[in-house]
Amino acid sequence: MSDTRKVTLKTFRFNAETDYLPYYKHYELEVGKDELMLDLLNRIKWEHDGSFSYRRSCRHGICGACGIKVNGKATLACKQNALELVELFGDELLIEPQSKKRVVKDMIIDKKDFWDKHAEVKPYVVAEIDPHPEHETKQSIEEFNKFLDADLCIQCGSCHYACPAVEVNEDFLGPAAFTAAYRFTVDTRDEAGKERLELTSQMGPGVWDCVKCYECAEACPKEINPIEKITKLHNMQFEQGVAVPNVATRHAEGFLRGMKKYGLLDEADIVSYSEGYLGMYKHLKTALKMLKAGKIHWHSGVPFINSVPKIKHLDEVQKLIKISQTNKL
Amino acid sequence: MSKLKYALFTGCTAKQSTPELLSSTLAVAQKLGIEITILEEASCCGASHLQDFDEFLAHVLNARNICYAEKLGLTMITICNTCQLNSAMTKHALDTDPELKARVNEKLAEVGLEYKGTSEIKHFLYCLIDEYGLENIKEKVKVPLSHFNIAPFYGCHNIRPSELHHNANGGENPYNPTSLDQLIEALEGNPVNYDHKNKCCGFHVELQANHTSEVLAGNAMVDAIDNNADLMVTPCPLCHLKMDTYQDDIGHVIGRDVELPVLHMPQMVALALGCTEKEIGLNFHVQKATHLYSETA
Repeated sequence: MSDTRKVTLKTFRFNAETDYLPYYKHYELEVGKDELMLDLLNRIKWEHDGSFSYRRSCRHGICGACGIKVNGKATLACKQNALELVELFGDELLIEPQSKKRVVKDMIIDKKDFWDKHAEVKPYVVAEIDPHPEHETKQSIEEFNKFLDADLCIQCGSCHYACPAVEVNEDFLGPAAFTAAYRFTVDTRDEAGKERLELTSQMGPGVWDCVKCYECAEACPKEINPIEKITKLHNMQFEQGVAVPNVATRHAEGFLRGMKKYGLLDEADIVSYSEGYLGMYKHLKTALKMLKAGKIHWHSGVPFINSVPKIKHLDEVQKLIKISQTNKL
Repeated sequence: MSKLKYALFTGCTAKQSTPELLSSTLAVAQKLGIEITILEEASCCGASHLQDFDEFLAHVLNARNICYAEKLGLTMITICNTCQLNSAMTKHALDTDPELKARVNEKLAEVGLEYKGTSEIKHFLYCLIDEYGLENIKEKVKVPLSHFNIAPFYGCHNIRPSELHHNANGGENPYNPTSLDQLIEALEGNPVNYDHKNKCCGFHVELQANHTSEVLAGNAMVDAIDNNADLMVTPCPLCHLKMDTYQDDIGHVIGRDVELPVLHMPQMVALALGCTEKEIGLNFHVQKATHLYSETA
C-alpha cells in the first residue's frame, strides 16, 4: 500500500486590502504519512501560490502561531498529522482561519480581542517583590500542583476561537483568559486573586456566560481542558465569598432547593428562585405554551403544592447534602 | 443475542417537563426486548450547574446514583446528554483519583453506600447502536420514516470532551459525529447534513445570557431548515426544551420564522417501530408535531 494519499485542500482566501468577498482555492497534493498540516501549508505557498499567507514560527507546538481550523476542527498546524485528519474527514480538507470575521489575509487573523482579554486578567504574578531577596521564593509540590496544567497554555487561541460564546458575546473573556486567570489566582505568590475572581464573576465578561459546550476542551492542542478551570473559578467565587446573588449564582446554588425537597431539580422553582418573582414575567409566554402542551402543570411553581415526584431514599440525599456541602451563597 | 438489561437513570426532565421522553424510551425498550429497571433512588445529576456551586457535593451525589446501578450489577443508562456527561465525569474523577474516591466514600458510608466503580455509564443512543445493533433495529422497523428529512442534532455533552466519552459512545468523532445519522438511516429516514449538527444549543445560559442562547439555537435551527429538514431529532431533552419551547423567541432574535418539530431520539425510534400515539407523546410538544404520527400512519 502506498504511503501517500491524494488530498484536495480547499483553502479559504481573502485579502482585506483588495478583496470584497472571500473565496476558496483548491489544491491537490500527494500527502505523505509523516507530513504535518504545516508542511501542506508550506507546500501550497512554495509550490503553488506564493501569496498564500499564514503564521508560523517555532514548528514545535510551543509558540502557538500556526492555529487554523480544518473542517471546523481547531488545529495547531505544526502538531497535527495531515493524514490523521484525512482519516477523520475524508480526502477533502477544508482549511480555514481560526475566525473568518477577523481575517487580515488568508489564515492570518487579527487576534487583538484575544490579547486584550488575556491582558485583562493580569496573566502574571502580582506581588511586591523585594529587590534584594535573602532567599528564593519556594513553592511546595502541593502548591505547584494546584496549577493543574493551566501553566502549559501557549496562547494559540484555538479554544478562544472555537468558543461559541466568544463569537456571540463580544464582552466574554473566553476560555484562554479564564485559564490564565485560574493559573495566577491559585499561585501562592500572587496577591491579585480576589481582583481576578471579581472580574471573572461579572455577568457578560465572566465565567457565568460560559455555555458549557466543551468546545474549548476539545480544541486545546495542549490538552489543558479550559472548562475544568472555568468550573474551578466558579467554585472559588463561592469559596472566597466573591459570588453575589444574581440570576446565575442563584441558578447554580438553587439546584439544592429541589434536591433537598424531592431529590430532583424542581424545574419551576429554579426559574422563579433564579429570576425572582418579578423577573418571572419574561418567561410567562413560554410557560403558558408549555402549560398548553402539558409540559408543565398549572400547579408547578405554586409553593404549597408538591408537584415533583420524590425519589426513593430521599433521606440519603438530604443527609449527604448536609454533610458534604462545602460552599454557600 | 442475549437479553440486554440496563439500569435507567431518567434524570429530572423526563420526570417533569418531557414525560414523552420517558414514555417513548420505555416503549422502545419494550418493543426491542430490552429490560429496563428505573433507578427510582437516583437524584439530580446537578446538570452542570450544581457543579459550579459545589463540585465535591456534585461528585458525592452522582456517585450515590452510580452505587444503585452497581447494586443491580447493571450498566447505568441515561437519556439526557447532560446526565450522561456529569455521571461520566464523576465516574472518571473517582476512578482516576484514589484520594477523591476515598473522600467521597467516607461521605457515602454515612448512608450505607460505597462507590466501587463497577458499573459503566452509557447513553441509550449508544446502547441502541453499539449493543442492540443497527441491523437488528432495521429488522424491527414497521413504519419506515422514508418520507422525512430528519436533521440530527447531537448536543454537546454526548460528544465532548471526546476523551471522556470514547469508551461509551463508540468512538464518536465530535467534529463529524455519525451515530444519529446512522440511526436515521436504519429507520429508513433521510438524514440531513448541515454544519451546525454538532454545535451548542445554548440551553445552559438561557437565564443569564438569553441573547447568546437564542442565537446559538437559532443558528442551528435555521441551518437545518435551510437544508430542507422536516424535523429535528436530538438525544438530549435539554436541547429539545431549548429548541422546541423557545422557537418564537429564537425567530425574533435571529429575524427569521422558525418552525420545526424537535423530537427526542427515542420518539423517532418509537415512531418507526410502530409504537402507539400515546407512548410516543408527540402531543407534549410546543411546536406542533402530532402530524408526524398521522403522516406515518
